[in-house]
Amino acid sequence: MLSYLANRTLMMVPTLFGVAVLIFFLLRVVPGDIVEVKLRGDGGTVTAETLEAERKRMGLDKPLPAQFVDWMTGMATFDFGKSMWTDRPVSEEIAARLELSIEVAIIATLIAVLIAIPMGTLSALFHDTWIDYAIRLFTIAGLAVPSFWLGMLVILSLLSFFNWLPPITYTPIYVDPVANLSQLIWPAAAVGYRYAAVVARMVRSSIIEVMKEDYIRTARAKGVYERLVVTRHAMRNALLPAITVIGLEFAFLIGGLVVTEQVFNLNGIGKLFVQAVSRNDFTLIQTMVMLIASIFIAVNLLVDVLYAALDPRIRY
Amino acid sequence: MKKLAFIGLVAALALPATTNAQAPKKGGTLVYAISAETPTYDCSATDTYAGLHFLAPFYSTLLKFDLAKYPGVMGDLAESWTISDDKKTYTFKLRQNVTWHDGSPFSSADIKATYDRLRNPPTGVVSTRRATFADIASIDTPDANTVVFKLSAVNPAMLEHFASPWNCVYSAAKLKDDPQFPAKQVMGTGAFKFVEHVKGSHVAGARNDKYFLPDRPYLDGFKGVFILQPAAMLNALQGGQVMAEFRSVSPAERDRLVQGMGDKLRIEESSWTLNILIAFNTEKKPFDDVRVRRALSLALDRWGGSVGLSRTSTLRQVGGLLRPGSPMATPEADLVKFPGFGKDITANRAEARKLLAEAGVPNLKFELVNRTIAQPYTPAGIYVVDQWRQIGVEVQHKQMETSPYLAALNAGNYEVAIDFSNLFMDEPSLALAKYVSFDKAPENRSRAIDRELDSLYEKQNRSTSDAERLGFLRQFEARMLNQAYQVPLLWWHRIVPTNKIVMGWQMSPSHNLGQDLVNVWLNQ
Repeated sequence: MLSYLANRTLMMVPTLFGVAVLIFFLLRVVPGDIVEVKLRGDGGTVTAETLEAERKRMGLDKPLPAQFVDWMTGMATFDFGKSMWTDRPVSEEIAARLELSIEVAIIATLIAVLIAIPMGTLSALFHDTWIDYAIRLFTIAGLAVPSFWLGMLVILSLLSFFNWLPPITYTPIYVDPVANLSQLIWPAAAVGYRYAAVVARMVRSSIIEVMKEDYIRTARAKGVYERLVVTRHAMRNALLPAITVIGLEFAFLIGGLVVTEQVFNLNGIGKLFVQAVSRNDFTLIQTMVMLIASIFIAVNLLVDVLYAALDPRIRY
Repeated sequence: MKKLAFIGLVAALALPATTNAQAPKKGGTLVYAISAETPTYDCSATDTYAGLHFLAPFYSTLLKFDLAKYPGVMGDLAESWTISDDKKTYTFKLRQNVTWHDGSPFSSADIKATYDRLRNPPTGVVSTRRATFADIASIDTPDANTVVFKLSAVNPAMLEHFASPWNCVYSAAKLKDDPQFPAKQVMGTGAFKFVEHVKGSHVAGARNDKYFLPDRPYLDGFKGVFILQPAAMLNALQGGQVMAEFRSVSPAERDRLVQGMGDKLRIEESSWTLNILIAFNTEKKPFDDVRVRRALSLALDRWGGSVGLSRTSTLRQVGGLLRPGSPMATPEADLVKFPGFGKDITANRAEARKLLAEAGVPNLKFELVNRTIAQPYTPAGIYVVDQWRQIGVEVQHKQMETSPYLAALNAGNYEVAIDFSNLFMDEPSLALAKYVSFDKAPENRSRAIDRELDSLYEKQNRSTSDAERLGFLRQFEARMLNQAYQVPLLWWHRIVPTNKIVMGWQMSPSHNLGQDLVNVWLNQ
């Protein structure tokens, strides 16, 4: 197991290097100039000399390979550079938002798992009954309704019916848990619904398939209680694909809640990503892509390790 | 809808009476929305309102605009000033009871250091106003409370430039230690001391108890929350999470707020120092031909558009190169004589078709480059495409994100573009700078070279007589609109919603002015 973990960790290096090369050079192909956007985006009458001096200050006048080497050297020493837009360290810009995004992802995952596993299981065990139909209707609606639209409905409902809106600025959970949860529970629920729908459908189909396996028939023939057949024998196997989906969705939520964050005015990674792209803030975009790629790789590794924990047949 | 607008108008008209009737109360924290986050803490390095809505409460300037008597100016750090007879020497007497937020005393050396940095920034420092202050030959500080600016040439706009909200005054001692200090830390002599800036979330300030004006500010503090999405801002205002949004909302957004908030809301409206321009790339055929440019300007029904677009967008007034209604703007009677500004649209379009035929392009086709920003760029683009269709011109409307949009315009990679002019005051030298020849003004999107315009600009800029200056301005405008290198479509209209508990804030034609919050108080 340890050698497997070591191998997988080492494999991250070439994967991340590939991502780095791709994102660095692709960004340079995109038209636009951050200096123009920053100094002339609002119509400022700035001289060409001022623009050129600012480009030089940012190091944009250097050849691309030199810029890439500078960036890679920084990455290797955990110096991610400065945002070209704010001139503040990229690590500061990201850290301020990452805490919120991770928290939303965790709450949404909890909501999704708590809803999806019982519902998916019920739907599978009572498939083709009214229970199954009701759950399927619920999950199809979850897939069909965009999270941001549901979020807008939530906001407008809170405003119309209770004349109340969640706090507009973020308070860390360790400072004020009530303020924190009263802000984040709503977006987490809005995205958690879709997330739950995806996982519930996966759980349902997996359990239906697993319940037809020989070892389930054998367990039943041995007289094992049906509850034990489901929880001990069927669920452990049926959850493997669901765990993969949960892992991928979790990683996606860290940086993918672009519109939902805007609806709830959340200061998260998704909003920062959009801002960085619209401003051509290369250093920030690059670091965020590397961060999200690292999260995906780490989550995939965790999922593989969980496979071994859940399925005794899998050994690394 | 008319009823809603009426309620809003009534609310706005009721403002002065309410404000005057009540004595200001002390205390409370003003929470307001800012629809963008400042790219920098350094006022000299930016032109965006997002910077001022964040920074202005922390800083003072030498002069500032007196919004009650706009476009008049008043002292901020300056107590009084005199201008020499030859209009080349400006002497300012400074306030004596001013201290920096760190407790150190303010003096004329701080003004000198600030303006030296603006006009001649050290290596690594960005000053977007370097050209503005190029006429300053020297700055002297005969004593701690006097500063003397000597100009190399007469500049009738200089007093207004001293009142620019961007000229935040910085500590000479701090600048001496680190010329980049203003980009790294916020420390001024303003009414509020910096508390925190949570990136992507908000900025907060607390009352400066040692502020130089007695009994000010009224507020205990303020919090500017960054809300980028208009719908989220409207919800926050309606839900009481924020008390104001000081830039502007659209007419539709205003109506929604009026409907949702009723008598809790105050709406104030004003014409705006912003316009939408149609820029023709004169380096591309057939837009190098004045007949084609003039035909396309003639085809635009500005007066009809003013009525229609003002219902759905922030566009409203028909005007020339200066804001309609501003002191030096062209009166309507003269404006209607310029191509495309006459009110007989049928005759205008007939003339436009004739000009296109004469130019050999009766079935003209081209691409219109525009920004993806909804207000007012998208409705403006759709409107002009439809207007040109009515004279048989086929246009492809291409909307781009800000960064590639600016890249395309600056590189000249477009045929016709929706451009804009963003001013902070109604000063001709500032307003007309965008229209002088491309080799002198890179922000001139038409890329036209016209030495007659350059000469007229220089003459108005050096004129010592208002009447003479006005004459040059009229000639400049006539030349510009007849040549139609860049033509105004419509001027913007500013609509500011505030919760009625917010008092003492003053409306103005620029979203860049009046954000120091010195006189703002909460009626709660």
